[in-house]
Amino acid sequence: MGRNDNSMFYGVDLVTVFTYLVLVLLGWLNIYAAVYNEEYQSIFDTSQKYGKQLIWIGTAFIIATSILIIDANFYTVFAYGFYAVLIVANILVVFLGREIKGSKSWFGVGGFGLQPAEFMKFAVNLALAKFLSNRQIIVNQQFRLRLKDLVKNYKNTFYALLFILLPLLIIKKLQDETGLAIVMVAFIIVLYREGLSVNFLIFGLLAVILFIVALVVTNTPTLLISLGIIALSSFLFVPRTRKNLIIIALFYLLGAGIVFTTDFVYNHLEPHQKDRIDILLQKKEDPKGKGYNVNQSKIAIGSGGFLGKGYLQGTQTKYDFVPEQDTDFIFCTVGEEWGFVGSVTVIFLELFLILRVIFLAERQRSDFSRIYGYGVAAILFFHLAVNIGMTIGLVPVIGIPLPFFSYGGSSLWSFTILLFIFIKLDANRLLILR
Amino acid sequence: MPSNSQLSNRKLVIGGFFVLVVIIYIIRLFYIQVVDDRYKVEAQNNAIRRLTEYPVRGVIYDRNGKLLVFNEASYDLMVIPKEAKNCDTVGLCEILEIDKTEFLKRMKKACQAPNSPRKQSIFEKQMSAKTYAALQERLYRFKGFFVQKRAVRKYPKPIAAHLLGYVGEVSKEKAKKDSYYNEGDYIGISGIERSYETELRGVKGVQCAITNVHNKTIGSYMDGKYDTLAVPGKPLYCSIDIVLQEYGEKLLQNKKGACVAIEPSTGEILALISSPGYDPNLLVGGKERSKNFTKLYYDSLNLPLFNRALTAMYPPGSIFKLIGALIAQNDGLINRNTSFPCAMGYPPMGGKPKCHAHGGGKNLIGSIATSCNSYYSYVFREIVDQKKYPKFIDGYNHWRDMVMTFGPGTKLNTDLPYDKPGNVPSVKYYNKVFGENGWRSNTVVSLGIGQAELLLVPYQMANVVATIANRGYYYTPHCIKGVGNEKYIDSKFKTKHYVGVQNQEAYQNVIDGMQGALEPGGTAFSNRLKDIVVCGKTGTAQNPGGKDHSVFLAFAPRDNPKIAIACIVENAGFGNTWAAPVVTLMIEKYLRGKTLRPDVEKRILEADLIHGKNLIPEGH
Repeated sequence: MGRNDNSMFYGVDLVTVFTYLVLVLLGWLNIYAAVYNEEYQSIFDTSQKYGKQLIWIGTAFIIATSILIIDANFYTVFAYGFYAVLIVANILVVFLGREIKGSKSWFGVGGFGLQPAEFMKFAVNLALAKFLSNRQIIVNQQFRLRLKDLVKNYKNTFYALLFILLPLLIIKKLQDETGLAIVMVAFIIVLYREGLSVNFLIFGLLAVILFIVALVVTNTPTLLISLGIIALSSFLFVPRTRKNLIIIALFYLLGAGIVFTTDFVYNHLEPHQKDRIDILLQKKEDPKGKGYNVNQSKIAIGSGGFLGKGYLQGTQTKYDFVPEQDTDFIFCTVGEEWGFVGSVTVIFLELFLILRVIFLAERQRSDFSRIYGYGVAAILFFHLAVNIGMTIGLVPVIGIPLPFFSYGGSSLWSFTILLFIFIKLDANRLLILR
Repeated sequence: MPSNSQLSNRKLVIGGFFVLVVIIYIIRLFYIQVVDDRYKVEAQNNAIRRLTEYPVRGVIYDRNGKLLVFNEASYDLMVIPKEAKNCDTVGLCEILEIDKTEFLKRMKKACQAPNSPRKQSIFEKQMSAKTYAALQERLYRFKGFFVQKRAVRKYPKPIAAHLLGYVGEVSKEKAKKDSYYNEGDYIGISGIERSYETELRGVKGVQCAITNVHNKTIGSYMDGKYDTLAVPGKPLYCSIDIVLQEYGEKLLQNKKGACVAIEPSTGEILALISSPGYDPNLLVGGKERSKNFTKLYYDSLNLPLFNRALTAMYPPGSIFKLIGALIAQNDGLINRNTSFPCAMGYPPMGGKPKCHAHGGGKNLIGSIATSCNSYYSYVFREIVDQKKYPKFIDGYNHWRDMVMTFGPGTKLNTDLPYDKPGNVPSVKYYNKVFGENGWRSNTVVSLGIGQAELLLVPYQMANVVATIANRGYYYTPHCIKGVGNEKYIDSKFKTKHYVGVQNQEAYQNVIDGMQGALEPGGTAFSNRLKDIVVCGKTGTAQNPGGKDHSVFLAFAPRDNPKIAIACIVENAGFGNTWAAPVVTLMIEKYLRGKTLRPDVEKRILEADLIHGKNLIPEGH
């Protein structure tokens, strides 16, 4: 194969592109199975979702090609620009948008609609990559516990978090799209890769665990005492320096704070969110009511067995027992018709794509490309973990799609843009040192 | 400051974390897809269409093998809304005689929880034969609709509604609690239909059919391995005599009251009449049923759904004297020759309770035959104040305990639901009314003549007279003498219950007095029967709500009694005027098949006490 510098496909990682194509194709086949109906058999029937999805796929390919044609510098130069435009679009949609299922987050054209919040992901990723590419997230590891040092050290972390939190709040508070908002949390993985102190992550993880424990164990004194025992016993394992003492005390105080605020937070959740948490923690069983989705979803997946029932032979998905089975619960169709083998194949394909992106990110010479690559991997992984986790009852139901698989133009376009910008950046890695 | 190469180790942490999560998910998937079978079973419930085959409900025969209740086929129109697209809505509306809004309303109901567009639900209940015929011809035009065969109850004769009870749709709560029932199923709601529900209903059958992607049935699931056949309900053999029951209902027509007849030697109920009643055929069928039920339910004047024989509590009046006479003799306080003064009333309390002019001896036998109030005021106080119990309360409790062994104040545990216990006032009750030590035997002396707070249910009155006929014991009254073709019966109905008085001489004397009631000078002399020795007792029960209730109980023949019977006619007057003719006519009917007193029969049949047509001048 001759080297052709002028080709727009020069340097493009074909493994990634091929995996992407396979996922999109499998996704479409499963959407077809999920909404399959004897009365509409033409695959091009745009009144049916698989017909529409074909149009989305076609346009996604055009978008992907365009991204590869455009000069890679475009994305770095206009990184903040994209971010600003999408922030504005996400605010405007609340006033100008079309109301679908109770939330005003859609711009509509005819039978097609676009959700700007879906596109926020790549814009945040670009902006974050640009911001972090010439800054250290933590200036000095060996600092003293003084306010001045703290500010100096964590200033960049703080700004980076702002990039993430601003769209999160807009999407959650203005549009009430919990799923799309919470996705932003995935960027923590990027910050970690770029040097965010492990303490943050440990504390975050502990906070989550404590929150869950506090929901299950409602006896506050018991919790505080056991927390205290853990704090005291941790002295046995770390050197008894002043810094460690302060850190452990801080942990204890924050832990106690979480225990106290759990009830408050829980009581201020929306009723349906409470139900989802209760059902996940099995504090409540309601297979025909609030737990219906998850229960039917598990039935569909579980009934698939090892090899599945065969394509278009799924009875559960066919009869609409599972709600939202073409979008957020598309994995049910996979689980039922393709069984354990098919489920694992799809998960492996997604994981392979993610690990491939990490591999590509690590070989970048420019910080911008690396950081952006990790953003792609983080976003894809977050969607994969939450989406499949909820269909098998390991994660509360949060309405986010399975990347490249679920029905929906906005999400497919958004994932395509997200991924192909990175493919383009990677293709250019040898040419420019950003 | 960490260099990039230092931080690049974190790629392993991140990648490792991703892989770890995926491994957890795959383990979970392996568990629910391969290891755990629960989801496969549940999926079958979702996708295999289970057709219920409803068993035929057991039929009910009377004591002579005549049919009381049978089943008639009825047809429910079912719909699966998802399949019912593009069907001839207008045509269907025409046949069912409904309009389009009603059609849409029903479709909506069939789509909403607990129904589902994918599952069948009832669209029209129990269509008439005419509707069904019209529909059957054109059913092919109504895609998604099909007809399910069910059975409804039919009654050859419009009698015994209260006894038989009725069948209706199971309540939501019951369907939730009892896994046998689904919403829309039928269940016995009252009477025999309720108490013998498990025997009558049989067992539902299930046919599992596989449906394909097009939601069409493509065959039976696993070659019918999981199909079960419906087991028909068991037939019941009722102890009712259909002729006697019908005759009794006729006699009590246009009167409010109840009449219960028991075979003393078995405790089998021969007739159980509550009037006004209703035609049981009114409470079957679809639309008609609910319309009729509403009408009956809101008839507050006649309360036709109210089963007086089992649930109405009446003051027993003079018939209660029999129990007093038995207890006093048993305690050795009086004997055949004991007499007490009567001065048109009870002398020690200035002539209260009042009595009436009666001839004849004032001994025990005469006191029963003439129903002397004074005598039984004495008897009551003799029992309560006897020397054996220095404390008055103990005497009262002794009296109460003895009375309750005859049934009053307790539930007899019959095989009919909703029976009431009646009331024998307790010490606690009177202490509350009069204050502790605020009452004595004279305060409540009218209990001795069956008044005050004493209340009995008609079937308890019948049981009392059955007990006297048996000279000291009874079998729990019951109306089913055999279940299924084996005709088995609960052993509790074969157990003798001995009452507190076992002194045979006491029974002899009381029965002599009852026989005297239908002899010259007795209160029921005008209702004597030729060739049949009837032993009876009249009662004219005062009640605060209006005119006296007419009460009569009797058994016959005196030796080897075949029938014990009690009757109460509300607000009718003297026991001998209304209740006694009813009872004696019933006895004649049962023992010789017809009456020798057509004039009496005519008078009773034609009397309309509800609308005020009285064929005999009051107070003869």
